[in-house]
Amino acid sequence: MLRLSEIAPGGVCRVAGLETRGAMRRRLLELGLVAGTKVECLGRSPLGDPSAYEIRGTVIALRRRDSAGVLVRPEELPWD
Amino acid sequence: MGLTGSSPGFGAMERKTHAFSGVTALAGNPNVGKSTLFNALTGMRQHTGNWPGKTVAVAQGSCGGRILADLPGTYSLLSHSPEEQAARHFLCAEGPEKVVVVCDATTLERNLVLALQILEITPRVVVCVNLMDEARRKGIELDLPLLSQRLGVPVVGVTARKKRTLSRLLAAVDAPPPETTPIAVPYPPDMEEAVEKIRETLPEGPLSRRFLALKLLEGDKDLLEELAKWLPEGAAENAKRIRTAAGLDADAVTDAMASAPVRLAEQVMRGVVTREKPGDARRDRRIDRLLTSRALGYPALLLLLAGIFWLTLAGTNSVSAGLQALLDRGEALLLRGFAAFHAPDWLTGLLVLGAYRTTAWVCAVMLPPMAIFFPLFTILEDVGYLPRIAYLLDRPFCCCRGCGKQALTMCMGLGCNAAGVVGCRIIDSPRERLLAILTNSLVPCNGRFPLIITLLTLFFGGGGNLWRQAGLLTLVVVFSVAMTLGSTWVLSRTVLRGEPSAFAMELPPYRRPQVGKVILRSILDRTVFVLGRALAVACPAGMLLWVLANVPMGGGTLLSGCAAFLEPLGRAMGLDGYVLLAFLLGFPANEIVLPIALMGYTAGSSLTGMDSGSLGAILVSNGWTWQRAGSMLLFTLLHWPCSTTLLTIRKETGSRKWTALAAALPTALGILLCCLFTMLCGKAV
Repeated sequence: MLRLSEIAPGGVCRVAGLETRGAMRRRLLELGLVAGTKVECLGRSPLGDPSAYEIRGTVIALRRRDSAGVLVRPEELPWD
Repeated sequence: MGLTGSSPGFGAMERKTHAFSGVTALAGNPNVGKSTLFNALTGMRQHTGNWPGKTVAVAQGSCGGRILADLPGTYSLLSHSPEEQAARHFLCAEGPEKVVVVCDATTLERNLVLALQILEITPRVVVCVNLMDEARRKGIELDLPLLSQRLGVPVVGVTARKKRTLSRLLAAVDAPPPETTPIAVPYPPDMEEAVEKIRETLPEGPLSRRFLALKLLEGDKDLLEELAKWLPEGAAENAKRIRTAAGLDADAVTDAMASAPVRLAEQVMRGVVTREKPGDARRDRRIDRLLTSRALGYPALLLLLAGIFWLTLAGTNSVSAGLQALLDRGEALLLRGFAAFHAPDWLTGLLVLGAYRTTAWVCAVMLPPMAIFFPLFTILEDVGYLPRIAYLLDRPFCCCRGCGKQALTMCMGLGCNAAGVVGCRIIDSPRERLLAILTNSLVPCNGRFPLIITLLTLFFGGGGNLWRQAGLLTLVVVFSVAMTLGSTWVLSRTVLRGEPSAFAMELPPYRRPQVGKVILRSILDRTVFVLGRALAVACPAGMLLWVLANVPMGGGTLLSGCAAFLEPLGRAMGLDGYVLLAFLLGFPANEIVLPIALMGYTAGSSLTGMDSGSLGAILVSNGWTWQRAGSMLLFTLLHWPCSTTLLTIRKETGSRKWTALAAALPTALGILLCCLFTMLCGKAV
């Protein structure tokens, strides 16, 4: 099990669960980050943060501190 | 993006809310073309653009006898952002007759989540699948009859940009609701049991009892307060008892409420997409990999900005001189006309030398760059590049404890600060929203660009080399971004302390801009708006100036008296009294600052026509050097926001204190930097 923030650009994973609480948890859930959802890391901003993820057909930018609250199972590597 | 008579927040929002029964609401995810659809149906011209969060309040319009309400875009009805509350409040409390859930055909599964949640509130739903043309282009084919059968409500495919596709949607809205039972979101068995128990305790009412029971189980305090009138006494406590008895904890309920519709949408969509060409969706990724890459991200951003400025400068150069000559001829004609009718001198002076000449300056100097820059920027917005700017600049803003979306509102500010301030509603955290509002006027708006361009051209021109000028203009914008970041840093360590909150922003697909329409609309709307404002503000200001210049006081005139009063402060800042007076009189609109200053210089000798010297000659003859131009440049970037922006800030923050700070911050910065600049220059010379 890894954190979404640890998936490098090009990596594909599936959501296992959320560690965040409160408003951010709702925000992540409504973005479609429910258990089993496939997420692909598309790239990082030039300064390394935030990163862009494809979640259910939409590209969403998340900061490292927020994506660290998403637990994932990697499907396709690479990761860093 | 810009401030026009029909921008959201200026008119659309003010419209009084009339009785809502019989209203058809347009709901949907952000950025699915709701506003485009709304405009196409009502003939209104709400601003549309390719970034999530444009529609910030419920706008209303009419379409063939129906009243339509355009709700802010939301991903779901679960969280607590202002847009979601506005949309949910409308759906629950106002009880619209029909709800059209607008979906994006290219990301239908995600969009269905909201549709399923709305179906929990009301069965009177029509699902409108928009952007069918884009889906076709991307090689996506959809089985809409199958979708309609599964959802149990009518589903209509449209392309909002093409009006003729809309008649079927209107027919579906007008048709009586079908006999079918709409699909219901299934929750885990223990939750369903608890919901059923709560539902039995509720009386029949206009709202679905299942929906009320679900919300009671979730214990959503804000919403329950709104729904209080449909709930019996003690319903909330009762629900809490049932939940505890069932052994459900609040987090588990929230999770199920969020994930059940997502799962159901996945099931419903199985087989609905009949063909998908994956290769086409890769185009956006390739563009993004280039435009947001480590090596090219920032250079591309700067180059794009410089390119837009280059086009603006080139366009301005080609029309300005002609326009000026035309308006000069107009003044000569008017003067001859007034003389022919033996009009008294004061009338001629007031109307021609005062009102007409100031307005003519506004039209000749200020209008061309505004009219060219505005549509170019709107095209950039239409394409979907602005959220990428926020993506690129989030890190610096995060370091200053702001939100990356502030970069987006900053871009909006380039068009118009008032629109930028309204745009700050896309920022969820109140602290970060205030940061963005307070610093918005630090980026030069469209009304200040022409002044900056004029100064750069006249005093830092470099022999009329357009690329050099465009580069300088880009540097000016980079400087204002640095100012914004610096102020954000200071503010978030003094009056607005706090940690950066969570950040999740959609990067929408690139869309082909509606170039023709953008140009037409911004020339018609924008130019007419600026002209109207120029007439409303420049005419009286010009007349006032003429009066001031012609009423004797002491040894000089009232005007020279006022200017002399401001002269010491002006000197310290490297400017003069006339310029400061122009900034003060230009409070209603930044467009008129330079024209007023020019009037101030020329009004003393009312015989001097515009033809007596070019703009540069007037300035140079009044002692302007590159140092004074530098000070002017600084103060143009950093002074109080215009009256419209301040009023908007007052409305958005609801506080005099923050409004005052929003005016004081840039002014103090401006005076400080101007004085510093002057001192440094003085030393150097």
